[in-house]
Amino acid sequence: MDLITPEIGLFFWQTIVFLVLLFLMAKFAWKPILSSVRNREQSINDALASAENARKEMQNLKSDNEQLMKEARAERDAILKEARELKEKVIADASEEAKVKADKIVADAKRSIELEKQSAMAELKNHVAELSVEIAEKIVRKELSGKNEQHQMIEKMIGDAKLN
Amino acid sequence: MTAQKSLVISLYFALAFAIFPLFTVAQEQEQEHKSLQEAGEEFNATEMIMHHIGDAHEWHFFGGGENSVTLPLPVILYTEGGLVTFMSSEFHHDTEGQHVVEKDGMRFVNLHEDIYRLDAGAEAVEFDAEHHPVNASKPWDLSITKNVAAMFLTVILMLLFFTSLARHHKKNEHAPKGFNNVLETLVLFVRDEIALPQIGEKKYMKFMPFLLSVFFFIWITNLMGLLPGAANVTGNIAVTVSLGLFTMLIMIFNGNKDFYKHTFWMPGIPTWVKPILAIVEGLGLLIKPAALMIRLFANITAGHIIILSLIGLIFILENAGIAGVSVPFALFITVLELLVAFLQAFIFTILSALFIGMAVEEHEHH
Repeated sequence: MDLITPEIGLFFWQTIVFLVLLFLMAKFAWKPILSSVRNREQSINDALASAENARKEMQNLKSDNEQLMKEARAERDAILKEARELKEKVIADASEEAKVKADKIVADAKRSIELEKQSAMAELKNHVAELSVEIAEKIVRKELSGKNEQHQMIEKMIGDAKLN
Repeated sequence: MTAQKSLVISLYFALAFAIFPLFTVAQEQEQEHKSLQEAGEEFNATEMIMHHIGDAHEWHFFGGGENSVTLPLPVILYTEGGLVTFMSSEFHHDTEGQHVVEKDGMRFVNLHEDIYRLDAGAEAVEFDAEHHPVNASKPWDLSITKNVAAMFLTVILMLLFFTSLARHHKKNEHAPKGFNNVLETLVLFVRDEIALPQIGEKKYMKFMPFLLSVFFFIWITNLMGLLPGAANVTGNIAVTVSLGLFTMLIMIFNGNKDFYKHTFWMPGIPTWVKPILAIVEGLGLLIKPAALMIRLFANITAGHIIILSLIGLIFILENAGIAGVSVPFALFITVLELLVAFLQAFIFTILSALFIGMAVEEHEHH
């Protein structure tokens, strides 16, 4: 029966020792350990949350970047397209103008040629007329020695002149 | 990398504890053998076992009779004549009531680890037919016995271990390494597997110091009890009664209105059943911690008795060949006891947490 009869002395010491242990451990071990562990868990959770935030931010940034890139690309395309159009327009305009100018030059040339021709013809006519008059004078002087011959001459000349 | 290191440390511990029993076995064999030869009397297994699992006024290491090598411990007695203290070595290893110590005009003897004070004028103990002393009485014995000394050792170990962990936590934010990491894992085990599920998020912090203290106290004491020559502290009923009372008092003082209403006037049942249930539930308040107390005491004591019986078998049958069977069996049981040491600490703590949880639970109103 010794085995299951609690001894007062041991009971007394166990109670005292456990109370002291409880007090010392609570003050010097459990409280600092538990609070520090809790702080660490809190900071780990915070770190995880902030990492998640950073990841989201990164994603946002990335999509923003992509948006920007897209816009830039669209703008570039637009600018290029405009440039191409402008180029074509300029070329077209230039060739049009050139054509107009060329046509004008050609027309001017034609007109001046015509004028030159006319003036040359006029001169030629005058020349021919003068020549003809001189020839006629010489002939007349020579031919008009006889009357018949004079008449013949005149008629022939008139006839020629009409043909002209 | 850290996890691996902790594993190695745990394995080292497991190995260390697995090897120690070998020494126990060897030592105890030798011990019994010597005392057998010296005493020249018949081997009494019950006496040997009771001696090993019981408390003692000196810490016995080896040797027998006058040649014992022991650590003397202080004897503190409270008598009608006031407090008397002397070292247990003054008994000269006598537990048969033969050696009388005279102190402050009073005479004391150690009779099977009970200290008796001889009545005035008596020179030696006289026994009646049932071997009870007739001319002596027991004073209050508050001695630092072997169990108390072992308890102090546990307290010192716990303070060393956990203040080291606390120091780490005061200095650093990051998780500890090595042995401190093992300790922290165990602390978190108590918090996450015992306190939180049983008591709940809101109130568990208040009971953490008690649960942690009781868990590590029981576990470390259990483990130390498996060492050769160590004391059987948690297998002593006085110790478990004290621990059980702590749980009971915490339960009773922290019980809320709902808890007492459900204990003494259970709602939702016919009125005539209520008093019957009140008696049952009221007794439950006592029986719950009593069950804790008996479970721990019985498990640890039973483990020690099995090991000692297996070793005792060699001497009962007086055949060294039996050692071939009983030593491996004792080794097996000792390894099993390593598991039981943890398991009993865990069960005591989780049931304490459960009872406390029941007492502080906030009921949904049905």
